[in-house]
Amino acid sequence: MAFGPYFLLASLEGLVTAAVLSLMALGLSLVFGVMRVVNVAHGEFYMLGAVLAWWFSTLVGGHPAVGFLLALVLSPLVVAAIAFVAERLVLSRLKYEPEATIVATIGLLYIVQQLALTFYGPEARPVEAPFNYRISLPWFGYSAYKLAVIGFSILMMIATWFVLTRTKIGLVMRATQFDRETAQAFGIPVGRVYAGVFALGAGLAAVAAVLIVPIQQAHYLMGHDPLLLSFIVVIIGGLGSLRGTVVAAVLIGLSDGIISMFFSPTLAKMLATLAVAMVLVFRPQGLFGTVAR
Amino acid sequence: MSENRKLQMNSASGVSRRTTLKGLGAAAGLIAAPGFVRYGQAQSSEPIRIGFQCHRTGIGAAYGRWYERTTTAAAKRINDAGGINGRPLEIVIEDDGTDPKRGAEVVEKFANQHKVDLVYGTLFSHVVVGSAPAAGELKIPYYVVSEGYHVASGKLNRYCVQPGITDVKAQARSMAPWIADNLGKKVTLVYPDYAFGHDHRDFFTPAIEAQGGQVVAKVPIPPTETSFTRYFPQIPSETEVIYHVMVGPAVLTFVKEMGEFFGNSGPKLFGFIDSLEAVDIKSPGLEFLEGSHFWEGMPRYAQPDQADYVTAYREAVGIDENGASTQDAKDVSTAAHMFGCWETLNIIKAAMEACDYKGTDDRAAMIEATEAMTDMEAGADHPQGKKRFNGKTHQVFGEQSISQVVDGKLKVVHRTSIEDGAYEPEADYTAMSF
Repeated sequence: MAFGPYFLLASLEGLVTAAVLSLMALGLSLVFGVMRVVNVAHGEFYMLGAVLAWWFSTLVGGHPAVGFLLALVLSPLVVAAIAFVAERLVLSRLKYEPEATIVATIGLLYIVQQLALTFYGPEARPVEAPFNYRISLPWFGYSAYKLAVIGFSILMMIATWFVLTRTKIGLVMRATQFDRETAQAFGIPVGRVYAGVFALGAGLAAVAAVLIVPIQQAHYLMGHDPLLLSFIVVIIGGLGSLRGTVVAAVLIGLSDGIISMFFSPTLAKMLATLAVAMVLVFRPQGLFGTVAR
Repeated sequence: MSENRKLQMNSASGVSRRTTLKGLGAAAGLIAAPGFVRYGQAQSSEPIRIGFQCHRTGIGAAYGRWYERTTTAAAKRINDAGGINGRPLEIVIEDDGTDPKRGAEVVEKFANQHKVDLVYGTLFSHVVVGSAPAAGELKIPYYVVSEGYHVASGKLNRYCVQPGITDVKAQARSMAPWIADNLGKKVTLVYPDYAFGHDHRDFFTPAIEAQGGQVVAKVPIPPTETSFTRYFPQIPSETEVIYHVMVGPAVLTFVKEMGEFFGNSGPKLFGFIDSLEAVDIKSPGLEFLEGSHFWEGMPRYAQPDQADYVTAYREAVGIDENGASTQDAKDVSTAAHMFGCWETLNIIKAAMEACDYKGTDDRAAMIEATEAMTDMEAGADHPQGKKRFNGKTHQVFGEQSISQVVDGKLKVVHRTSIEDGAYEPEADYTAMSF
């Protein structure tokens, strides 16, 4: 295959990775930015989103798009509700102490994973894509659904940006992120904001998962790799920065796609990890982050 | 304060640490005392216990589920016919998580805690390679159903045998003549990047070269990979045949993405059914497989000319004419591999009867009895077909099927002979000590 088409394919694959990754990393970044909680269980919310997507899509018959749309609406809502309950029952009782919350979310990771293994089983199950169209290019074919994933992810990012910067909920979130105590003094119910943000973060991971299951299938161990990549994205982009998260996700996604196609997937992971180390050494707040106060 | 409370509690219930220990000691003494028998009946009716190292979770879970069903069915058949040497067969199952480290732990658990007579049933080659040293150290027979070449290579030890399923070396060799004659001579290999895939790479390459063919590219894929499109550009355009073999939860994704990439205009496909075990051929996105060919150890779909014992076997393990569970048509079996469990259990029975197996002291005799086996006729004990066991390499050889996808079903179009795959022994376990 000539260089041009080869590069095009690599970029397309990279963009799909970036699309899903940016949604997931955004959830992680929001939770850290507002709550200062490192959510190690984030990958499991992603997995839960995928598993629920399979379950919802098998509930209804008819055209596969019906099941998929049902999953796209309900699965993030259910995951967000579970995250909300987990936040109220566990994290709020720990007073959001950094060490305690890390250990608690590790515990949450194992609980969610083992529950999925118990009730969903060890199989990888596919969700049918809402449409099965193959775009024939002169050099290779490409799934139209994958392009739709990129488009939908961009829409979700714009929606999140809108909520954060143009609505009252977003204002309250940003105020809490900026200074928790002052926000509380101004009558903002910080506890409820935290629970809401945690639920929103988990919901975003679930949306990413629903988008990916027609491509990758739901499996109880699927949360591991995206979690690592999300951490890489969030560290490079700067914690709590929406712009940084998107830029870093596109950067990591594209480099993963292109490097792993022209060289090897292992090299792509090595370079991403190296980038994290460099950022931590020379710009610990991330490319777009602000210095912690 | 808290110490006081503890003391009070002890005296209140009347059980102190000392009396507990005394009681325990007495009980232990009673059990160890001579004349104490756990079984009311004679020792000879105590069950023969087989430890089944099962991939219940991890990337081998689909295989594990069907290996377990086949094992249960085969054990029931043996027990219904009077057991082994008049003793019932009991299967003890432990999950190895399809993980080599856990696999070795499971072998130790079988030997030391469950105290089984032998260990059996492992499929994934990295788990076999990881567990075999433990079996050798604990001197417990290890009957694998793995199709890997590691047993025949001589790298394991005398306790490891593979008598129920042909190894990859023989499988790949027996496919080469047919592929060169019918599909093409320029082949690109796509395989998982670990022992099992390397076996395919190392043994198919010389086999196709012997037929005047050539491997034009090798595309290894990491076993945990979830996305495959990025690997397809490595397939050169001169390729006439893609030889693919993939395993794990992402197999469906792999085949689908291959279809998206090539459409109907790509090279011819020859796959090992491993790429689609436990996956419905009629899954959406797999239409492009129509007309392509697969290796099958044993046909998934009921064939019109199949023997009565094959029908009986399929009924016993619970698969319908499409190779799916009779309980759930969506639960597709791993038919091309799981027959190995059925046959291996029957071979274990035959070996135990040949050496008049009494207990764990006869483990070495049992291995020797297995090594003495040669030809096995096709029949109810060997429904996949006739086999020839090589006692030196601890590996069996058998016939293979080549099937074509016709109307979304696999139809057997060619059957290879034992000689097509056979190779000179490259090891001699019988020369090793126990």
